[in-house]
Amino acid sequence: MSPEDTAGRLRDAIAAAAILAVDPSGLGGICLRGPAGVLRDLWLESLRCALPPGGRVRRVPAHASEGRLLGELDLEATLAAGRPVIASGLLAAADGALLVLAGAERLDRRTAAHYGRVLDERRVPPVRGEAGPTDEVHLGLVALDESEGDDDPPAAGLRDRLALHLDLEGLRATRLDPGPSADAVIAARTRLDRTSVPDALLEELTRAALLLGIDSARAPLQAVRVTRIAAALNGRAEAIAEDAALAARLVLAPRATRVPAEDAAPPPAEPPPDRTDVPPEEAEPGADSLDANADLVLEAARAAIPRALLDALTAGGAPRAARAAAGRSGAEVRGALRGRPAGVRAGAPDGRRRLSLLDTLRAAAPWQRLRRAIPGRAAAPRILVRRDDLRVRTYQSRTETTTIFVVDASGSAAMHRLAEAKGAVELVLADCYVRRDRVALVAFRRTTAELLLAPTRSLVRAKKSLAQLAGGGGTPLAAGLDAAARLAAQILRRGGTPTVVVLSDGRANVALDGSPGRGRAEDDARAAAQRLRLAGAAVLFVDTSPRPAAAARELADTMRARYLPLPHADARVLSRAATSLNGR
Amino acid sequence: MRAQYPFSAIVGQDALRSALLATAVDPAIGGVLAFGERGTGKSTAVRALAALLPPMTVVDGCRYHCDPAEAGAYCDECAAAYARRKPRTRSVPVPVVDLPLGATEDRVVGALDLERALTQGVKAFEPGLLARAHRGYLYVDEVNLLEDHLVDLLIDVAASGENLVEREGLSIRHPARFVLIGSGNPEEGELRPQLLDRFGLSVEVRTPRDLATRVEVVRRRDAFDRDPATFVRRWQEEEAKIRRQILAARRRLPGVRVPEPMLERAAALCLSLGTDGLRGELALVRAARAAASLVGAKSVTEAHLREVAAAALGHRLRRDPLDESGSLVRIERAVAEAWGP
Repeated sequence: MSPEDTAGRLRDAIAAAAILAVDPSGLGGICLRGPAGVLRDLWLESLRCALPPGGRVRRVPAHASEGRLLGELDLEATLAAGRPVIASGLLAAADGALLVLAGAERLDRRTAAHYGRVLDERRVPPVRGEAGPTDEVHLGLVALDESEGDDDPPAAGLRDRLALHLDLEGLRATRLDPGPSADAVIAARTRLDRTSVPDALLEELTRAALLLGIDSARAPLQAVRVTRIAAALNGRAEAIAEDAALAARLVLAPRATRVPAEDAAPPPAEPPPDRTDVPPEEAEPGADSLDANADLVLEAARAAIPRALLDALTAGGAPRAARAAAGRSGAEVRGALRGRPAGVRAGAPDGRRRLSLLDTLRAAAPWQRLRRAIPGRAAAPRILVRRDDLRVRTYQSRTETTTIFVVDASGSAAMHRLAEAKGAVELVLADCYVRRDRVALVAFRRTTAELLLAPTRSLVRAKKSLAQLAGGGGTPLAAGLDAAARLAAQILRRGGTPTVVVLSDGRANVALDGSPGRGRAEDDARAAAQRLRLAGAAVLFVDTSPRPAAAARELADTMRARYLPLPHADARVLSRAATSLNGR
Repeated sequence: MRAQYPFSAIVGQDALRSALLATAVDPAIGGVLAFGERGTGKSTAVRALAALLPPMTVVDGCRYHCDPAEAGAYCDECAAAYARRKPRTRSVPVPVVDLPLGATEDRVVGALDLERALTQGVKAFEPGLLARAHRGYLYVDEVNLLEDHLVDLLIDVAASGENLVEREGLSIRHPARFVLIGSGNPEEGELRPQLLDRFGLSVEVRTPRDLATRVEVVRRRDAFDRDPATFVRRWQEEEAKIRRQILAARRRLPGVRVPEPMLERAAALCLSLGTDGLRGELALVRAARAAASLVGAKSVTEAHLREVAAAALGHRLRRDPLDESGSLVRIERAVAEAWGP
C-alpha cells in the first residue's frame, strides 16, 4: 500500500467519525472492522471529540442478555415488593447515545435482530405484550468487528442497517489528525435540513451501487444521506461531487459484490418507465450534469474497494460478505428453550430460560412456616418466594451437524469422481430439509485447497458452488485436509458437530507449500491427517481409486477415519455412508 | 408515532403489491411469502398496506380485538360478558405485529402471566403475539431462519384462525385470524417444502435492475425521510384511491362467480405441475377471485387465473435438481401447455 493510499484512508476514517457524529440515528451507525489496537482507540477518541456536549458513548458487550437490552420483569424486586417491577433495558436508557458494540461478529442472530429492529423502528418493543407505545429511541451503533480471515462477519441484517463501513485492517498510525470539532458538528446539524443533494448526484450514487452489484436499496439511500452530511460539514448548501465521492468510499465500496469494468460507460439510456405518477417537480435532471460527476463517484467507489474484497472479487470467488451472509444461524440460535425437556434446575430465568412456576413453588413450600416466623413477614404475600427457590426449565437440543466434503479435484481423481461427489453433496443437502443439517465443500487441486461452499443448507448456493467446481492438476492432499481441519475446528468452537468426508485416492503429489514431489507431499499429508484427527471430527475416508491401495488405508488410520474403498461409488451409497457417520 | 411510507408511493414491486392487495381483499387466501434480497422494502410494503386499511372496530377492552359484528366468533371472555348486552366499541388501526427471530414459544402463543401468578396468586393468561395480530398482519422477517416448530405453529394457527393454549395448567382458546407475511433470503437457508406449501401466495422480491427505477426508489425514500409530513400529504389522494378500491373489492367479493370451466382449468394446471394436495388449487382460485374483484369483474376469467398463477403455485413446485430453470419459467411453460399460449 502506498503512503498516499494510507493517508487517504486515514482521512476518510476521520471524516467518517465526524459524519457519524452529525446524525447517528439517521445513519444507523458504523461497522468498524479491524483488530483492537491503537488505531481503533484513536478513532473512537476522535468520535468522542466530535460529539457535541451531551453526546454519550456507551460500551455494550456482545453477550449482554436480551433482558438487559430490552428490559424485563425484575423477579427479585417483584417478589420482594409483591407487585410487578420492571427493570428498564439498556437500549431505552441509551436514547441519544452511540453504543459501542464490542465483538459484534460474535453477536448471535437473535440479539442482532433486536438491534436491527430498534434501529428500524426507533423504539424498544414493550417488555410485556400489550403495553402502550414506548418512547422513541434514537441510537447509533458502532459495531466493532474483529473478525479476520474466514471468520463470519457480523450478521448481515445488522451490517446492512449501518450506513458507514470502515475497514482499519492493515492501517497503522500512532496519531490521527484532528477532524471537525464538536462546534462544526453542531453547525452541520443545524444546516442539515437546508442542505440538498442535487438529483444528478443522487442518480450517480444509485448507478454506482448498481454497477458495484449492491442489491440492497438501503445502500444508495444511506450514501445520499452521507453525501448530505458531508456537504453540511463543509458548510455547503448543496452537495458537490466530492461529497458524493466520499459517500461512495464509505458506504458503497465496502459493500461491492463485483468490480465494475475499468471503462464502464454509463449504461445506454433506458427508456424511462411509465413515470406519469411522478410529481412534476421531480423532473429528470439534465443529461450533461450527470456526465460531469459520473466518473468521479464510481471511480471513488472502485478505488476504495478494500484490498481483500477486491482480491476475492477479481478471483471470482464469492466476497466475504456474501459468502458468510448466513451469519451464525447455527447452534447458538437453538437456545435453551428448544428441544426435548431435560428437567428443571435451580436458577433465575432470563430471556432464554423460562421460570418453572410449579417447581419454584414446590421448592418454596417447605420453608413457608419458617419464613413467616420472621417478624414483619406475617402480612406478606401468600407465598414467600426467595431467589434460591427459583427453578427454570431446561431443554436439551441436538447440536447441528455439518458435513464437510473434502473433494479431490486433481487430474487423477477428477474425471471419474467429481460428478459423484457433486451428486452426494446434493443428496445430503436434500436430506437437510428434514434434519436441518448443513454441508460444506472443500476442494483441492493444483497447489491449494479452496473452501468452495461455506457451511450452508441452501440448495441455491450449493448448486452455484458445485457448478463452478472444475477438475485437473496435482493433488495437494495435505492442503485439503488442513482446510477441513480448520473448518471443523471453527464449527466445534461454535457448538456444532462437524463430520468430515474425504473423497480421494490418497496419492498426494503436491506438498503443503505448493511444490511438487511425491515424497514431501506424502509426509505432509500424513502430518495433516494427524492434525485432522486432533481437530476432533468424525471422519470418513472414501478411497476413490480404481484399485484400493494400502497407502490410502494407512492415511485413513492416521486420521482415525472410517475407511471405505469405493471403486464404483455412486452418489446414493456415499450419501448413506456420510449419514451413518452421524450416528443417525 | 412515526409517519408511515405511503403504499402508493412504493416504486415497482408489482408482484408483492398485488399479492398484498389480494390478501387485503380476501384474508382467507392465507399468507404471503416474500423471498428476496435484503433492503428491498418488504417490511415497508406490509406496514404501508396496513396503515392504508381503514381502522377496524373492536370490542372495547377486549384483549383479542374481537369484532363486535361477529358475535359468533367472540373469545371466551367476550362471549361471557356480552351474552345479553351489546359491547362498547372503539376503532383501532389494523395491527401489524412483528415476530422477531428470537421470539420464544411463550411470547408467540402466550403463557401463564408470571407477574400476576407470583404477586397475586392468580392463574391468568398473558396473551402472546398471536393474540395481538388477530384481524391484522403477522410479519415474520427471515422466516426461513425461524425455528421450524414455530413456523409450524404459526401456519397451523393461521389456517385454523384459533389459538389453543394448553400449557402450564392453562387451557385457553382465543381467535387469532391474521394474514401471515413471511420474508427472507433463500440464499441463507430454505423453508421445508411442507411449510412452503402452507403459504397462500409467494413472490420473489428483487431490487429493480434498471437505473431509472432504482433512482426513483432512492429519490422518493429520501424525500420521505427528509420531510415525512409533506410527502405523505402529496400521496394522500393516491392512498385514498387504493383504499376505496380495496373496500369496493371486499364488498363485491362474495358476488364474484368462479365458472365451472375456470375451476377445471385451475385443476388441470395444478395437475400438470404436479403440485400435491388441494392447497395450490384453492389458493389459485381464491387469489384469482380477489384479482377479479379488485378490477370490478363479475366472474373470474382465464386472464385472472394467469395473473395469479405464478404467485399461487410458484412455491409449490417439487424441486428438481436437474431442472435449472426457475419456478416462474416452469409455470409459464405449464400454463402454455395447459391453457394454450
